[in-house]
Amino acid sequence: MPPRLNIVVPIKRVIDFAIKPRISAAKNAIETNGVKFSMNPFCEIAIEEAVRLRESSKDLVESITLVSAGSAKIQDTLRAGLALGADKATLIDIPAIDDSKSLELEPLAVAKLLKAFVEKSNANLVIMGKQAIDDDSNQTGQMLAGLLNWSQATNASKVTVDEASGVVTVAREVDGGTETVSAPLPLVITTDLRLNTPRYTKLQDIMKAKKKKTEKITPEDLGVDVTSRLEIVSLSEPPKRTGGGKADSVDALIGKLKGVGAI
Amino acid sequence: MTVCSVVRVVPSRTIRRRLVVSKRLTSFMSERAYRTTALRRNVSENGRAMMQEPREEDEADVVIVGGGPAGLAAAIRLKQQEQEHGKEIRVVLLEKASDMGNHTLSGAVLEPRALNELLPDWLEDPPSPMTPVKSDKMRFLTEKYSIPLPAPPQMHNSGNYIVSLSEVVKWLAGKAEELGVEVYPGFSVNELLYDQSGAVAGIATNDMGISRAGAPKDNFQRGMEFRAKVTLLAEGCHGSLTKGVIKKYDLRRGKDAQTYGIGLKEVWEVPEENWHEGEVVHTMGWPLSSNVYGGGFMYHFGERLVSVGLVVGLDYANPWISPFREFQRMKHHPVYSSVLKNGKCISYGARALNEGGLQSVPQLIFPGGALIGCSAGFMNVPKIKGTHTAMKSGMLAAESAYTAITSDTTNDSAIALYDYEDKFKKSWVYDELNEIRNVRPSFHNPLGVYGGILYSGLDTLILKGRVPWTFHHKASDASATQPADKFKPIEYPKPDGKLSFDLLTSVARTGTMHDEDEPVHLQVKDLDAHTNASYPKYKGIENRFCPAGVYEYILDDTKEEGVRFQINSQNCIHCKTCDIKVPTQDINWVCPEGGDGPKYMLT
Repeated sequence: MPPRLNIVVPIKRVIDFAIKPRISAAKNAIETNGVKFSMNPFCEIAIEEAVRLRESSKDLVESITLVSAGSAKIQDTLRAGLALGADKATLIDIPAIDDSKSLELEPLAVAKLLKAFVEKSNANLVIMGKQAIDDDSNQTGQMLAGLLNWSQATNASKVTVDEASGVVTVAREVDGGTETVSAPLPLVITTDLRLNTPRYTKLQDIMKAKKKKTEKITPEDLGVDVTSRLEIVSLSEPPKRTGGGKADSVDALIGKLKGVGAI
Repeated sequence: MTVCSVVRVVPSRTIRRRLVVSKRLTSFMSERAYRTTALRRNVSENGRAMMQEPREEDEADVVIVGGGPAGLAAAIRLKQQEQEHGKEIRVVLLEKASDMGNHTLSGAVLEPRALNELLPDWLEDPPSPMTPVKSDKMRFLTEKYSIPLPAPPQMHNSGNYIVSLSEVVKWLAGKAEELGVEVYPGFSVNELLYDQSGAVAGIATNDMGISRAGAPKDNFQRGMEFRAKVTLLAEGCHGSLTKGVIKKYDLRRGKDAQTYGIGLKEVWEVPEENWHEGEVVHTMGWPLSSNVYGGGFMYHFGERLVSVGLVVGLDYANPWISPFREFQRMKHHPVYSSVLKNGKCISYGARALNEGGLQSVPQLIFPGGALIGCSAGFMNVPKIKGTHTAMKSGMLAAESAYTAITSDTTNDSAIALYDYEDKFKKSWVYDELNEIRNVRPSFHNPLGVYGGILYSGLDTLILKGRVPWTFHHKASDASATQPADKFKPIEYPKPDGKLSFDLLTSVARTGTMHDEDEPVHLQVKDLDAHTNASYPKYKGIENRFCPAGVYEYILDDTKEEGVRFQINSQNCIHCKTCDIKVPTQDINWVCPEGGDGPKYMLT
């Protein structure tokens, strides 16, 4: 009997990729007033991959559940994910973490929340983005696999499921090129950019998504303490680029390099 | 025996025909010119099949194209009437921006007249930021000095609020959704559906996932059709569907051409000592020369926020003028620099706006729908306010549409909202526009801005429009442009990076995005023909009037004129200025994929 995949896709709501982030006047957070938020692009890729697995083979995928943690504003992002093809969504409501404090929900806390949630949902496959475009941590997937004691295949650029054996083969993007790993379920996969191009949401699906269920739970329901262990002391923009200089000849260039102590 | 033929006179009651549900709805071939999905010869058989697949269909009572103040006011008013009168109607609103408010840009000082009528207790839960106007200043600028001017009574702003209109739109969208309006941002519409009689019967959303070459990509998604009893076009100034509808139904017959301005603005965060909460400043004169209409504005609102901008009338003759660079150099005048210095620019954008006034309002209704808001053009130019009139027009159209849809269900012809035209003529919108109808056109005189100020002073203070004459707009903005060799090129100062900025830095602040592999939505049939027609005479005017750097003439020895015309459509911020101002009138702006375009912040 081929395994049926019970997929959990954690997603994150972040400042839209096209926006230039600014530091707020108080100098300890990113300005979020009036700024557009969207689903993290890697999370969209994760949902798309889960939906493609479902479309690749009948009965392979039993359910696709979205989960996200933060304030109630995440509701819109979850609904967008439901419109992309997920079945149900859960919001882990942490009212104290609003837009301006989103960096205070650390990867380890998220991994602990997800561990509890995944175990509660009886999932056997987690597909998630490799990192969020606001903090670029690239930690949560790996921590989650460690906490769950599952195999992990990160930075995936291709996923193949062997239905007969339940072994998943993943091509990973690494510095030197591509590495192919395989592991039986259960498994955590984190998505990289080249895995797929997410589909456009159909208007009909957005209308249908309004009827799909969204559950709300709290960190206490999962038995997890999400207090931050790190404190952001200050945030500053990178120093402005100062002008460079031009050298007329190779000797002049060597002279200048020596002058600044580079050689 | 004489036979008398009885001619049935149609009173100003609406006529309806029940739409036959199963019939195919045909789009007239002439409308294909406005579709982005024009089939190219190089598209494969399979590709063609995909792009011509029949679309899924849905039905609504009213479909509103455009989610700005007018569209949302109409949607809210429709649902309010549903609550008042009990008969349910389905209202669907489509917006091309990725989120509500993302394409909204305005000064803005909001006169709450329409809002008070629409949502009487809006102050209990107002949009934010919202700053009551505390002081009003008008100045005439020379290069170094500023001379106080008396403000005409129409421009007194007590009781008005300085707002970010994009935030107001977000707030209105929330109110609309609470009432049950289906609001769908991220969907653009380039196609109207017609029934056999030639009446508008609904809309079709754009296909998504088409490559630059016009072929479907892997993520190709066919658009969707919405059949509707009433289609309201609320696309804002110079809407793309509106353009087609005005042409098709000859809605401008007997009316003046619309004239326009371009409004550019930035939002700044300034130091506490420079900020005066609630201060409204308007300037005329420098840097614009005396034969260019326009003026600057600066509003202090929110928390140490300042909206600063410049409006330039697009009827300028000198093709060397660059509205963007005029705006950048204006900020160096002490009136502006004293506020902005040591501040931080956090947002930039631009949009065309209507200046034609009452003379340029077209016929508002067509079979099956109507024009509301700036798509028709209800801007009060001396007041520089168009939001309150836009919202009121949406409300009037909604009242008319609701009555038409819910009454007389036996008659099944297409709905004609004669009632809406009547209501408009009897409304305060009409009275307001009538009073100031001669102000803007008075600037078309040999004394330029000085003559205009003199006449306007007289008209707004004393005559108040109670005169038997109405000045007309004699030419379109595009045709007012004169050849480049009649003028000297203008030497604009270089941006200093602190008060003034270069174009690309500014465009980065709009958050605008279009897929690289997407059809170019600024349609020019033949780039070489355009270059040959436009470049020798106007020497690259497109490069100067576009506030986002979309158009470039690149040196190219292989071309007849030595340059080739390049369209960087990814930079586009959907201002529509090119469609309006290009003297050769051969740039056709259509909506790109839904979700594209700027992501304005606090504009």
